[in-house]
Amino acid sequence: MNMIDNAFSVHEKALGVRSQRMELLSRNIANADTPNYKAVDVDFKEVLKNTQDSALQTTHSNHLTQGADSTASGVKFRVPFNVAFDGNTVELPVEQAKFGQYAAEYQTTLSILESRISGIRKALRGD
Amino acid sequence: MALDNIFNIAGSALNAQTARMNATASNLANAGAVAASDKDAFRAKRTVFKTIMEELGSTTSANTGGVKISGIKDDPKPIARMSDPGNPSADKDGYVYLSNVNEMTEMVEMMAAARSYQNNVEVVNTARQLMMRTLDIIKS
Repeated sequence: MNMIDNAFSVHEKALGVRSQRMELLSRNIANADTPNYKAVDVDFKEVLKNTQDSALQTTHSNHLTQGADSTASGVKFRVPFNVAFDGNTVELPVEQAKFGQYAAEYQTTLSILESRISGIRKALRGD
Repeated sequence: MALDNIFNIAGSALNAQTARMNATASNLANAGAVAASDKDAFRAKRTVFKTIMEELGSTTSANTGGVKISGIKDDPKPIARMSDPGNPSADKDGYVYLSNVNEMTEMVEMMAAARSYQNNVEVVNTARQLMMRTLDIIKS
């Protein structure tokens, strides 16, 4: 199934990271009024780099894979423009803008995957 | 999957904001209440929010990262008293004790809660659309 693996390449992983990122943003928005909550976000570049094949090779089932838990790492605190009096660093306009951006990026990755799938399908059908 | 956690997280926030709006409604309803002593006077209620943290040893809760209400606190603002000897609940010196509710503060609080609620509804909508589109991928 090498062909199918290669067809999706990095986009399959990217979709996972992007949905993870949406979850983190929804946490931020949910906690917009929580005292001392610190807003978080994913360093997309770093996480995606960890999931690449150039990562650690595993030759035994007990070996730890570098990419396995990569979505948990790469989570960083956001640097706010201003900190609220209650120590909360969520800035709703920023979160809303990012949420919109990430939703669009998620759909982009979906579209790419869709076109790859329909390409494979066309090739298999042969018409 | 991360996308369906969003529903739990946003749901917990909707719940918390509803409780906050309830507290505000209760404060406004009791704004005109008077009492016979400082101790009995109505004090504005404030909800305190707390993030739901992942707990060690327990299976990860579905709404980790969401928000819950850790407590409801009384507003510490001092209580004003007013001389009103004709009031049936006046104390022996003819004073009644007013509530410390400030209507303006409550209105602002209610608007803030409503806006936060709307934000989370929007999050749910977006997550739902993305999920539906993800399901559509098999039709491509």
